[in-house]
Amino acid sequence: MSRTGVFVCHCGTNIAATVDVDKVAEAAKDFPGVVFVEQNKYMCSEPGQQAVKQAIEEHGLDRIVIASCSPRMHELTFRKMLTDTSVNPYMLEIANIREQCSWVHKDKGEGTDKAIDLARMAAAKVDRNTPLYTSEIPLTKRALVIGAGIAGIQAALDIADAGYPVTLVEKEPSIGGRMIMLDKTFPTMDCSACICSPKMNEAGAHPNIELRTVSEVEEVTGYIGNFTVTIRQKAKYIDYDKCTGCGLCEVKCPSKVTSEFDRGLTQRRAVYKPFPQAVPSKPVIDATNCRKFTEDRCGVCQKICTVDAIDFEEQDKLVKQEFGAVVVATGYDLIDWGKLYGEYGGGAYPDVIDALTFERLVNASGPTEGHIVRPSDGKEPKSCVMIKCVGSRDPHKGKAYCSRACCMYGAKHAHQFLEKIEGSECYVFYMDVRTPGKGYDEFYMKTLEDGATYIRGRVAKIYPENGHYVCVGEDTLSGKIVKVNADLVVLDTAMVPQESAGEIGRLFGVSRDQDGWLNEAHPKLRPVETNTAGVYLAGTAQGPKDIPDSVAQASAAASKVIGLFNHKALESNPMISFVNEVNCRGCGDCVGVCPYGAITLETVERRENSVKVMRDIANINSGLCQGCGACTSACYSSALDLKGFTNEQILQEVDALCL
Amino acid sequence: MSLEQETLNAVQENQGGAVVQEAPEAWKPKILAFTCNWCTYAGADLAGLNRMKYPADVRLLRLPCSGRVNPQFVLHAFQKGCDGVLVCGCHPGDCHYSTGNYFTRRRMLLYRRYLEYFGIEPERFQIRWISGSEAGKFRDTVVDTCEAITKLGPNHKFREEGR
Repeated sequence: MSRTGVFVCHCGTNIAATVDVDKVAEAAKDFPGVVFVEQNKYMCSEPGQQAVKQAIEEHGLDRIVIASCSPRMHELTFRKMLTDTSVNPYMLEIANIREQCSWVHKDKGEGTDKAIDLARMAAAKVDRNTPLYTSEIPLTKRALVIGAGIAGIQAALDIADAGYPVTLVEKEPSIGGRMIMLDKTFPTMDCSACICSPKMNEAGAHPNIELRTVSEVEEVTGYIGNFTVTIRQKAKYIDYDKCTGCGLCEVKCPSKVTSEFDRGLTQRRAVYKPFPQAVPSKPVIDATNCRKFTEDRCGVCQKICTVDAIDFEEQDKLVKQEFGAVVVATGYDLIDWGKLYGEYGGGAYPDVIDALTFERLVNASGPTEGHIVRPSDGKEPKSCVMIKCVGSRDPHKGKAYCSRACCMYGAKHAHQFLEKIEGSECYVFYMDVRTPGKGYDEFYMKTLEDGATYIRGRVAKIYPENGHYVCVGEDTLSGKIVKVNADLVVLDTAMVPQESAGEIGRLFGVSRDQDGWLNEAHPKLRPVETNTAGVYLAGTAQGPKDIPDSVAQASAAASKVIGLFNHKALESNPMISFVNEVNCRGCGDCVGVCPYGAITLETVERRENSVKVMRDIANINSGLCQGCGACTSACYSSALDLKGFTNEQILQEVDALCL
Repeated sequence: MSLEQETLNAVQENQGGAVVQEAPEAWKPKILAFTCNWCTYAGADLAGLNRMKYPADVRLLRLPCSGRVNPQFVLHAFQKGCDGVLVCGCHPGDCHYSTGNYFTRRRMLLYRRYLEYFGIEPERFQIRWISGSEAGKFRDTVVDTCEAITKLGPNHKFREEGR
């Protein structure tokens, strides 16, 4: 028989003014299991809490009902209070007679009746409560950062600087991501490489950072504090311990391939470093284009390597590592505009390029050493048309969202074009100019002063004529059709998620939105967490961003990881699902319902009617289960139940209301 | 005037002179709302914080997620004497547990048609998405539900004998 204590709070006059607390206390005496009832002016205050503790001792109470404000307000307070009493902190229920009663009902009689009902429901529920205990989950204090663009690098550096080891995984041969491809950064026009490469070097040399380039995450198991991740370390065919990075192999390699890093403007070799400042500063062999692999001849690199670092026999390695937290910074790609925009030539016109290609053209360390030339004939263009929102804000052909960075880099490109080529003309077709940010609008205004012509409208068609490209569009401000002759056309195309983000999302159980961006746990209040505890987002993996925002989010994600690692161990939530093995029929319906992958079917040996049988039984991982209870209502045989909200507790509450 | 006559007069006044068959004047509907802790329960708290006023006939039962609501709970509530049942969760797409309310949506809409087939008026069993910031929507939902169920009168369907 339970010994429930009911405590009715007045909350000053907040409750007492519109609820007859004496009547509630009087009624509570008749609730089943109630042996003690007391009123207090402020239950949450120190004297109020003392009164509860005293009553527990004097009357041997084993469970508590507090009729007060919302449990969202003080449930934790009262649980903490119970930790140093003989009553388990989970043998507590709160009747919400303030927010949902005294504050919303004018009629004192009605309010009092409702308060009595709510207290009776709480008393009925607490009657079926069982003691619950948190357990300590061990915590591996090592972080995994996926993607080594500026966001991944920043997150890794912040975590490493706090003293925790980090593994930084990158699928390309060098870290640096998109930022290292850029020439200058708006609005300060400082050189991208000059601010990015020191960070890259720092990450490459940091004692707490383990760099894994040409690697991808293959498999993930476990949960917050205890992820086991299998990383595929792809074969580089070069022993990095021996390689000195002299670059001789790169010079002698006879196979030439289009350079991805230079967006197809130049060629690289089959053994290559994507760019001179690459970190690690050592080459890899691209097996799909190396003659040793395709034709089984050549092997010149091996012959000339002075330290014998080339190893054609190297295989992919699978590395299994333990991590406590994960930062996903998979970044963005540009939309494949060629497929979508046939009216812009569909990629067939060599001088209609995307903005990232323009970055390589204008980059001092790029293929042209910063001289802007036409890719088709190498001549200096005298006029340029830039088209914004290609694929962005275009739900019919591209994406409905705004890619955020284009207005600013568009202005930057216009400024650079006008600055580098004397007497040139630059026309920018735009839908709106969006420049929210420190110093952003000032920068845009400066571009206008430089002489860029902004035309509000979209370009409907581009066609070549006498060595120029004619851009036909509407100036929506004057309502006239305009035709602009351009030597070079730059398309500011939409950002889209990296293709690999889908697989990463699936592996870690992070949902994606309709456009494929990884979802944060809450758009406003939890912008770097995901719904998978222990997995955080940084940079453009979560949505289009510019560099400052990516870096800010990366540091935010890092601080979340550091905060997590500062705990000695994790405390588990005891209000999770549990399985009644006898009832479980092993159908597995619950497995698909669980959003956290916390349920697995396990084959166990059981003795039934003195015969050994093998049965499938649902098994709940207490580290993964978040206690939503979705599985309980999906369970055909009611074998699953939720601690703290059991079927019995809920039905008791319903019964108490209907009395 | 006899006490009986007095009561009858009061009832008739209250009902606009219509002949009253079963619902006595003092009858108030008993409505149970299964609410998600993260949205509707928070929305109800916010309604309190804003001192909004609404009828006192709805009792909230707090659950971690609307996906926790087993249709059996709803049936049990009708059996034991509830006149109406509400199931409230986060807006689809905003579930605190990412997908719980998608299951609720499918399960409960199907269940609603099933109950309707058995003679429960659709107004008696409603599914509502109310976020933690929608205190006004919570109040309106309570007001509308109470009004609709008061109009319908007490529920007898499914109710256990002797109640």
